[in-house]
Amino acid sequence: MTTRRELLLAAAGGWLLGSTAPAGRGALAAEPAGADPLEAPAGKKPLIRRAWRPPNYETPLEGLVPLYTPNDLFFVRYHLAVIPEIDVDTWRLKVGGGAAQRPLAVTLHDLKHDFKRVTLTAVNQCSGNRRGLFTPRVPGVQWGNGAMGNAEWTGVRLRDVLDKAGVAAGAVEVVFNGADLPVLAATPDFLKSLPIERALDENTLIAFEMNGKALPHLNGAPARLVVPGWTGTYWVKHLTEVRIESAPFDGFWMKSAYRLPTGVFPGARFKSQETRETTPITEILVNSLITSHVNGAHVKRGAHVELAGKAWDGGSGIAAVEVSTDGRQTWTAATLGRDLGRFGWREFRYRFDATQPGALTAAVRARSNDGATQPDKLTFNAAGYHDNIVQAVTLDVG
Amino acid sequence: MRRPLVLVAVSAALAVAAVAAAAAGEESLTLHEGSARELTAGRCAICHSLDYIPNNAPVMDRSGWQKTIQKMRERFGAPISDPEAQQILDYLAGNYAGKSQ
Repeated sequence: MTTRRELLLAAAGGWLLGSTAPAGRGALAAEPAGADPLEAPAGKKPLIRRAWRPPNYETPLEGLVPLYTPNDLFFVRYHLAVIPEIDVDTWRLKVGGGAAQRPLAVTLHDLKHDFKRVTLTAVNQCSGNRRGLFTPRVPGVQWGNGAMGNAEWTGVRLRDVLDKAGVAAGAVEVVFNGADLPVLAATPDFLKSLPIERALDENTLIAFEMNGKALPHLNGAPARLVVPGWTGTYWVKHLTEVRIESAPFDGFWMKSAYRLPTGVFPGARFKSQETRETTPITEILVNSLITSHVNGAHVKRGAHVELAGKAWDGGSGIAAVEVSTDGRQTWTAATLGRDLGRFGWREFRYRFDATQPGALTAAVRARSNDGATQPDKLTFNAAGYHDNIVQAVTLDVG
Repeated sequence: MRRPLVLVAVSAALAVAAVAAAAAGEESLTLHEGSARELTAGRCAICHSLDYIPNNAPVMDRSGWQKTIQKMRERFGAPISDPEAQQILDYLAGNYAGKSQ
């Protein structure tokens, strides 16, 4: 039996090897009716289309196999449909706000030459990644596993830019705006804020490069925020304005969206935005993804199976990945790959023999350096965030 | 970023046209036949492509669509009157409520 994954892998080979063959077309044609549609938005290879406008495109599983997710396979997520192409020569980043002592505007040239350049590897994961796998299902973009990717980000420390503007005593939050706009004036513009201490963290960057190349348009050119360990909602794209403020920001995308019930999930607290009932989503929870096999994949009896994938968390790093092939009774450590830094994902590999014919289920769970482990059971929340439950694939041995 | 005046001043249709060019393919989707199909398509497509409707259908029932329409009007400023909201709700609940099927 030829699985959909095998067909896609055959097509993906074209992308990964840099072939110019129209691989996506082949994959599209080979798909059974009702499968996720593959389509290439501007500047990208074929991705899983979740919505045309605003554009929301997911990285297919094959795109999550390389250690660094290629720029043209990296997922795309927008709330607002007006996404202007920006002229880098006239682009300015305004830095100001009520708690800025010396408001300023910087050009891309200034950013690249007047500040220390920093490069780090970090997973960018959408808050709603895996929402489409939620039970019971919830409204929103029905993401599978691919609203995420791992990249090397190059830019400057937000802290260095804020220091140049002068952070006044009493600063509470830093607010970020990007060039993307709503169609209607009545729709709230997409602005986000960070607690001052996270904004001043040495790992929070204004990035202009991704995997050594200029940011793709649909990933935030010419410069975007990179907030390693925190979910993608804070990684504001097409950055145009940074405001240092002495009061909590009260925009829609902070006060009413991207929120969780207070006190239910682990992770950093965003105290200036927290209420008794709800609190902003912040850090990525420990998680893993099997990239080598999908459900129903055929494995020859007696063959060695090499299960592989990625594990990541919100910045403590991965301590261990374990695999169970006996219904989660016993767990054995997988081999971890190269450490890309505590914000990057970690590859894992686990080799075993498929001795018995029939269905063989392999479950994978990751543990982070701060002691957190993936749970078996989903903690339901209405927005469909934080699905980090243990995943398994059932192989067809015969 | 300060909103370019042109986007506010001209009709929403022009802004949509500008964006739709980047979203090649969205015109290929036609909503199911129904009494308020044109109204629904017209209002919803001001801000987003219509695939958001079938893509969310499996998750939706009448109450889900009611909440969504309310959110679009109150939070996002969708220009939909009370009688129109009722017609759109009847249409979506009748054609795109996969949860109750």
